[in-house]
Amino acid sequence: MKMISAIIKPFKLDDVREALSDVGVAGITVTEVKGFGRQKGHTELYRGAEYVVDFLPKIKVEIAVDDEIVEQVVEAISNAAKTGKIGDGKIFVTSLEQVVRVRTGETGSEAL
Amino acid sequence: MYTPLRKIISVAFTAAIGLLPTLVLADDAPTLNSGDTAWMLTSTVLVLFMTIPGLALFYAGMVRSKNVLSVLMQCFAITGLMTILWVIAGYSIAFTEGTDYYGGLSKLFLAGVTADSLSGTIPETVFMTFQMTFAIITPALIVGAFAERMKFSAMLWFMAIWLLVVYAPICHWVWGGGWLGNMGVLDFAGGTVVHINAGVAGLVAALVLGKRKGYPGTMMPPHNLGYTLIGASMLWVGWFGFNAGSELAADGTAGMAMAVTQIATAMAALAWMFAEWVAHGKPSVLGIASGAVSGLVAITPASGTAGPMGAIAIGAAAGIGCFFAATKLKKIFGYDDSLDAFGVHAVGGIIGAILTGVFADASLGGVGLAEGVSISAQVSKQFIGVGATMVYTAIVSLILLKVVDVVIGLRVTEEQETEGLDIALHDERGYNL
Repeated sequence: MKMISAIIKPFKLDDVREALSDVGVAGITVTEVKGFGRQKGHTELYRGAEYVVDFLPKIKVEIAVDDEIVEQVVEAISNAAKTGKIGDGKIFVTSLEQVVRVRTGETGSEAL
Repeated sequence: MYTPLRKIISVAFTAAIGLLPTLVLADDAPTLNSGDTAWMLTSTVLVLFMTIPGLALFYAGMVRSKNVLSVLMQCFAITGLMTILWVIAGYSIAFTEGTDYYGGLSKLFLAGVTADSLSGTIPETVFMTFQMTFAIITPALIVGAFAERMKFSAMLWFMAIWLLVVYAPICHWVWGGGWLGNMGVLDFAGGTVVHINAGVAGLVAALVLGKRKGYPGTMMPPHNLGYTLIGASMLWVGWFGFNAGSELAADGTAGMAMAVTQIATAMAALAWMFAEWVAHGKPSVLGIASGAVSGLVAITPASGTAGPMGAIAIGAAAGIGCFFAATKLKKIFGYDDSLDAFGVHAVGGIIGAILTGVFADASLGGVGLAEGVSISAQVSKQFIGVGATMVYTAIVSLILLKVVDVVIGLRVTEEQETEGLDIALHDERGYNL
């Protein structure tokens, strides 16, 4: 099993969610996050006082998946979140040791 | 309130009356005019509306969310305090006969002001209350300069004494029969008395109190520009009472004052917006709102004498001049005038006061200068009015602030400033979300 964390542009969330449904992902967790990468921040100007905002708002999507659909999922997110401009985000894939479904106590792939 | 033209007419009128039998003279004493009175009752309400909630919201939106209540509270408390002080002594000092510099004390506690007293063609109670709303907004304007760091108690002490030793005397100089009015300085609705006075006192306060902790490095963006735009809009609406009301009658001069107020304000809002667009690449909400206020300020002294084209010129000069003052001048000198009380009110007031002398001339669409007075002579008088106001308010405000600082201290502690004045001074918070 793998845990996929994708940092994406907020306005791409709906597209990503649809693309994930299409490849059979049954559940995701979404968090509003802030950070910076190559995109840098932006500036705000109030009566000549300039403020540089370093951290930009992004969306973090977390998905736990079976090994066999990892590539499909990663591809689906990449395609859906892509605008071709700096700041499209990143996808992190890490291995996942255990999953437990709280309601039934099922574990492993059964719980996904 | 005072124009040379009106003086000439009234002198001629008095001379003419002098030739008539005594019986007619008695009939000609001013009587109550219900049209004038109705308009002045309305104007008084409009000017009060400028301070609460207009100015209060304009300022509240520009501070950080932890200080929103402190600014609203200051404006509201000033409204209460100035009302009582005006009744006790302010009105008498400003508007009873005295010396060239200070009015008399015969109307302390409003002695002799009854339901039947007249001031021109309106009840004296209305005149007194109308002037009271000016005495409320002027100290409230100063709040913008020291926002987010002054102790509430120190603010009350400073404002109370300031009203009696700075505002009321300057008001007397210009409108109460004092030396500036007698000299022929034109200030129809308060460019010197209100705006330059408050703006300069604000700058002195900002300098004496020092910068806010972290200024200018730390981010201190306005927390709710929606409030600020609503406040600016209320100021714009209320200002018709301020300017057209300063005629103290419902007549043609009041009508023209209304028109030029609208025209100059619109022009200044656009001027600031375009100046910012050119200088910074984008037009902003804070910019267009500030521009409108700068236009309102600048047309104030000229509103009884300028024509529509003069209003456009004054508005354009104010929008661009105040844009420069608030965005560049402040940076160059490094003072922390939190909400630009100086940059908008003093600078806009000075631009307006000087240009009043220019655009009052008949050749430029104004009502005409006093006979034998050239534009340059009138402008020199305007400079004297501006200079005298600036020097007096700067010196006396400085002394007052130093005294209050020694006695009770002007600034909140560093810890209180970081926590925010709402919690630190009022045990409340603006937003419980």
